[in-house]
Amino acid sequence: MNTRQIKDTIAHKSMFLICLLVLNLALLIAWGLYRRAQPILATKSLGELLLNSTWHPGSGQFGLDGFILGTIWVTGIAIVIAVPLSILTAVYLAEYAPRKLSHLIKPVIDLLAGISPVIHGVWGVITIVPLVRDYMMPFFTEKLPFLPFSSDNYTGFCALTGGIVLAVMIFPIIISVVCEVLHTVPAEIREASLSLGATKWQTTKLAVLRKVYPGLVAAVILGLSRALGETIAVLMVAGCSLFALPKSFFDPAYPLPALIANTYGEMMSIPLYDSAVLLAAFILLLLTTLFNVAGWGILLRLERSRC
Amino acid sequence: MSGQSHISVKNLNIWYGKQHALQNINLDIPNKKLTAIIGPSGCGKTTLLKSFNRLLDLQDGFKISGKVLVDGEDIYDPKVEVTHLRKKMGLLSQRPCVLPMSIYENVAYGPRLHGIKDKRVLDEIVERYLQEASLWSEVKDRLHQPASRLSIGQQQRLCLARGLAVEPEVILGDEPTSALDPISAERIEQRFMELKGKYTMVIVTHLLRQAKRLADYIVFIYLGQVIEHGPARELFEKPKDSRTKAYVEGSFIEGYANQYVI
Repeated sequence: MNTRQIKDTIAHKSMFLICLLVLNLALLIAWGLYRRAQPILATKSLGELLLNSTWHPGSGQFGLDGFILGTIWVTGIAIVIAVPLSILTAVYLAEYAPRKLSHLIKPVIDLLAGISPVIHGVWGVITIVPLVRDYMMPFFTEKLPFLPFSSDNYTGFCALTGGIVLAVMIFPIIISVVCEVLHTVPAEIREASLSLGATKWQTTKLAVLRKVYPGLVAAVILGLSRALGETIAVLMVAGCSLFALPKSFFDPAYPLPALIANTYGEMMSIPLYDSAVLLAAFILLLLTTLFNVAGWGILLRLERSRC
Repeated sequence: MSGQSHISVKNLNIWYGKQHALQNINLDIPNKKLTAIIGPSGCGKTTLLKSFNRLLDLQDGFKISGKVLVDGEDIYDPKVEVTHLRKKMGLLSQRPCVLPMSIYENVAYGPRLHGIKDKRVLDEIVERYLQEASLWSEVKDRLHQPASRLSIGQQQRLCLARGLAVEPEVILGDEPTSALDPISAERIEQRFMELKGKYTMVIVTHLLRQAKRLADYIVFIYLGQVIEHGPARELFEKPKDSRTKAYVEGSFIEGYANQYVI
């Protein structure tokens, strides 16, 4: 064997090993979390941990219910706000805006995606918190009393604030993925629809968006994954109060990532504390995986049914 | 002539950025006849065709001067409703481009846009125009399957059905058989022969034989200019311009290759 072929073999094998290592990392993390969560799983039933909202480590109460619910509230609000707004923005940039304008805006959006979460958090505290406290809360509580808007948390640090800040953070991700996806649509599709007498909006809605539907789902999944795992910005604005189960948009929410960041490493003398927090991490990992798998499942089904 | 012309082009100039793609075009497209636009590649045939339904508007840096009159109305007048104009002008593109939906939905797409909602009426329209495009017998049992599963030749006939379903007055074809196999191409040509007389048809083609088989009227474009136009037989048998003569005889046009030498 000559040296060129030896180099080729080495390159091939070493890249395979590196690839294996990366794959294994994910499994190792999951396994490590599960193992460290084992002590609490051994002493308490799952029902006691997941369907119980009392978090009182001192007296051995480790109900994670409130944190899981907090995650769902904040992420749900973020998705509901971000998905329509960012898809419409992307559609405008890709389909309607003059090319010069979209060339100008694109880099700004990519820049937004790169802003450190803590800056989003600070901005949330100084802008969104007062906005929610002074304007949105009085307005919604009065005008739409039939929705879950009433709360006795008047601080402005609440699930809605967390959701808004998160939504702003996932905008750029969804926008740039949807833009990319829209650019893959061949011009002939638009020409075909337009030449039948469709308006631009009809063409976009009925032909273009329909063509890229799986891509839209993928963009939303990406945004959702980011929202589920986001920690610091949410921790700064969502209230993160320990004793309440969030029932309203204006209740404080305490999502799982915030719990882990806030408590891990403290008060380790309390028995099972460490184990409970790592169980929370394991659940977060499971949730993220679950949403991803579900998302990709939808994607596959959509793609198969179309071609 | 003007009494029989459906589309009149007057002093039309088109630029893409700095490129002067069409220069001083004056032309009358006869009513309910099949007109073929012929000429070498890159000479502006498709540009001229797409100026008739204003699809060129989508191009960046596109500029136009002069007039295109359809039924005596200037289509570049700002008051003209583009959607209305495009409904009048069915387009068959170079590569068949089915919409991402079922066969049925593809044909019903146009009529739905223009407000037809009744399921029975739509069913009728779909059947009628699929038959008119001679596709019905092949697809009648799988109308609700995705259109992308059809063969490429079937897709082109589906596009024809889809175009006919909005009841256009003019059918524009941009090399409509160039992506097809010979048998599918022949079926499309047969359709065209049958549709001649019902619609005004304008077809861009680089196949001289196709132009000879189908066309009543020929427009020869060369380097962005109309060199000659006239009834098919006259133009093929007694071309007036030496360049037309060279092109229809299949010999080199003097100076053509030089245009592309930098």
